[in-house]
Amino acid sequence: MLLGTVSILAMFFDILPVLTSALLSALIWDFFFIPPRHTLSVGTPEDRLLLLMYFVVALINAVLTNKIRMMEKEVKEKDEKDKSVKFYNTLLNSLSHELRTPITAILGCTDNLQTNAPQLSEKDKSDLLTEISVASIRLNQQVENLLSVSRLEAGVFQIKHDWCDINDLIYKTVQRLDVNLQKYRLAVEIPDQLPLFWLDFGLMEQVIYNLIINVTQHTAVETLITIQADCVRDKLVLIVADNGNGFPEDEIHKVFQKFYRLKGSATGGTGLGLSIVKGFVEAHGGTIKLENLPVCGSKFTIEIFTDKSYVNRIKDE
Amino acid sequence: MSSGTILIIDDEAQIRKLLTITLQSNGYTVLAAATGKEGVTLTASHPPDLVLLDLGLPDEDGHDVLKHLRDWFSNPIIIVSVQSSEADIVKALDNGANDYLIKPFRTGELLARVRSALRKSNSEANIPTANFAGLSIDFANRVVKKENVIIKLTVTEYALLTLLARNEGKVLTHHYLLNQVWGPTHQNESQYLRVFIAQLRKKIETDPNRPARILTESGVGYRFVQ
Repeated sequence: MLLGTVSILAMFFDILPVLTSALLSALIWDFFFIPPRHTLSVGTPEDRLLLLMYFVVALINAVLTNKIRMMEKEVKEKDEKDKSVKFYNTLLNSLSHELRTPITAILGCTDNLQTNAPQLSEKDKSDLLTEISVASIRLNQQVENLLSVSRLEAGVFQIKHDWCDINDLIYKTVQRLDVNLQKYRLAVEIPDQLPLFWLDFGLMEQVIYNLIINVTQHTAVETLITIQADCVRDKLVLIVADNGNGFPEDEIHKVFQKFYRLKGSATGGTGLGLSIVKGFVEAHGGTIKLENLPVCGSKFTIEIFTDKSYVNRIKDE
Repeated sequence: MSSGTILIIDDEAQIRKLLTITLQSNGYTVLAAATGKEGVTLTASHPPDLVLLDLGLPDEDGHDVLKHLRDWFSNPIIIVSVQSSEADIVKALDNGANDYLIKPFRTGELLARVRSALRKSNSEANIPTANFAGLSIDFANRVVKKENVIIKLTVTEYALLTLLARNEGKVLTHHYLLNQVWGPTHQNESQYLRVFIAQLRKKIETDPNRPARILTESGVGYRFVQ
């Protein structure tokens, strides 16, 4: 039992307290079990030998347990270090590709406009300018995503809660995406008397924005996108669903991982959008899940438990 | 003929150049300063009609420059800021900035902000009526018409609408609207503002879900546009 205590101590403490406890346990053993009992004196040379052996066993036990603990710690630290090295490597790879592509487009177009101006038709010029504009917008989106991820990674960002009108939140986001949604069908379902919710409007706007953008990147035109909001069992439930092809079953659990991109998906994404969605929803204390629908398409469901205000149900002044 | 003099305070030479070209080609006279200190000196020696102030200056905090200018300078100040700093924007608006632009911004947006800020300061005269496409407000008789049909507004809705409309084109913070319409004791009760904005949109917008008059500025406030 005493030996057990020494091993347990060795698992949690440094080497010095462990050695002390080994010594102490030997003394206790001496005190209680080696005649004459209840004194620290040792009668016979055999007992002395026994005590010494006990002490040596306790010591070896302590030192070994401590050693194992240190090794485990090292392995864990190395794992964490590897993980963060891997994270930054992926980040750098993604950065160099996703940022360089639009920069290459911008530089190429401006070079063309500066050096080949006389040979270019008006249409060529206007096409090149459009390319510059598209590339800049893309660049800006990537930078914003990277900023969001690094804010989440660092864990330093603050949520700015305020009362949110979900109707305003959803339609504001949809309006920002008018150009992207031109070729899609959209259905928004929000009950008339939905209460106001205590959320960060800006973050939730980005959540819905990223979810819709994700649908437009992975489904064909004419796909129906359904956005629903409701208050179920005191929670805000937000659903973004589509009737596209759904997600491959073997990849569906990976889509919220940082930098994860579906096999064979078109270029232009960093694989950050959905990880940001998850991060922002979790920052609100909420959850998000993704499932394929029985017939076709997929459905993202967000649930957030937060304060509600029914002041909108009060009849005018 | 110049449409007005604009002072740009921004430490980035590229941004100064871009703004100078854009504003000059639209008929404005442009002055430029690279530091807060230089900007304040220039405002005093050549008072401009409008100042474009970048919040991220190297020598002084943009908010301090704004406060310093506001001690004596009453012409419009539009602040320019980088993304993801709603709190910064609200702070600057509460400290007397007239409007804001977030980098990167589009030229059209810049010119619209400049025009409406200048128009506001030009039209201090008391106007009895305001006419927008499809909507008119008769301030003298407290009558609001949508497509020439009188619409019924509650006292609070009317107060909110007139406040927004009198500041057409300009962003008004949640804080400011609550303070002006509901009074200082209701400054933190933004739920009332949400509800009344929604009600007002139902009455004055063609499609309340896609407002074309009262726009939401995420995390900042609302803006009434033509």
